[in-house]
Amino acid sequence: MATEVREQVDELVIGGTTLHSRLVHGTGKFTSNAVLAECLRQAKPEMITLAVRRLGLQDGAQSELADIDLGSFTLLPNTAGAVTVEQAVRLARLGRAAGLSDLVKVEVIGDDETLLPDPGATLEATRQLVAEGFTVLPYTSDDVVQAIRLAEAGAAAVMPLAAPIGTTLGVLNPTNIRLIIKKLKCPVIVDAGLGVPSDAARCMEWGAAGVLVNTAIARAQDPPLMARAFAEAVAAGRSAFLAGRADVSIAALASSPTEGIPGQ
Amino acid sequence: MSAEIEAVEQLTVNGEAMALSELATLGDLLASLKVAPQRVVVELNGVIYRRGEGLDSPLDAGDVVEIVHFVGGG
Repeated sequence: MATEVREQVDELVIGGTTLHSRLVHGTGKFTSNAVLAECLRQAKPEMITLAVRRLGLQDGAQSELADIDLGSFTLLPNTAGAVTVEQAVRLARLGRAAGLSDLVKVEVIGDDETLLPDPGATLEATRQLVAEGFTVLPYTSDDVVQAIRLAEAGAAAVMPLAAPIGTTLGVLNPTNIRLIIKKLKCPVIVDAGLGVPSDAARCMEWGAAGVLVNTAIARAQDPPLMARAFAEAVAAGRSAFLAGRADVSIAALASSPTEGIPGQ
Repeated sequence: MSAEIEAVEQLTVNGEAMALSELATLGDLLASLKVAPQRVVVELNGVIYRRGEGLDSPLDAGDVVEIVHFVGGG
């Protein structure tokens, strides 16, 4: 048994990308660029998500991400806005042309009210983009078999939702998330619906490779402080997973010696 | 329809009709919109050009151009 904390290298490899931070940071819904920039300074993520949209022709070269040094992050463009395979593939190609890598978070929404992903279209888009050489991270429901199919289709990592996008409800189906982590050989990054850092820590304790957090940070009362809290929780949860939890026992087991108790 | 209106050659940029007029290339279009080519990705009639590329591509009436960039997202 090691008597010192192991300072081991703990890397997450997705495709050709090596990450040390397991918190993937969203960039949507922040009240300002300055707030987002401060969140990124506090959370120190290596990978951030982005969306691809039309440039507003009236605002010239202005970018809402102007304050962010995109070059200092691994960019994970998403296909948000797609409701068909074709739209997702097109957005993925545009994102690849805008960024510097083949990474793409495939997101094909199947219902515009719940924003839950379309399983069939997500699977087909994953297949097509893998065939085109993309490193594909599909966003999926917490369905175990769908996650298995996505991995079989060549996903570099699978991103099951904790809860519907933007709800901050936390992990609604812990059993399914744990089964997905157990069944898949590729990294599992829990995405969407996390609310508080303990949600993220739980996912990491179960063995998730990472979590993606956006709304829970962007809409917190103090986003930069919440960003830091999530980063700490992710790190703590990861360490706990690596440490291995103690066995669960129904019977009480005294922590203090039962002998040598002073007489009364 | 008058011949005069039909004679105005147009292209579509991000869903909006725009007069082709003096715009000979994609680079001309970006310059006229005051858009730095390195900041955007351009799709011309379904063909995607990486940032800063395809600027010499000629423009013709009826062309469909999409100019996109990264925005915040989750």
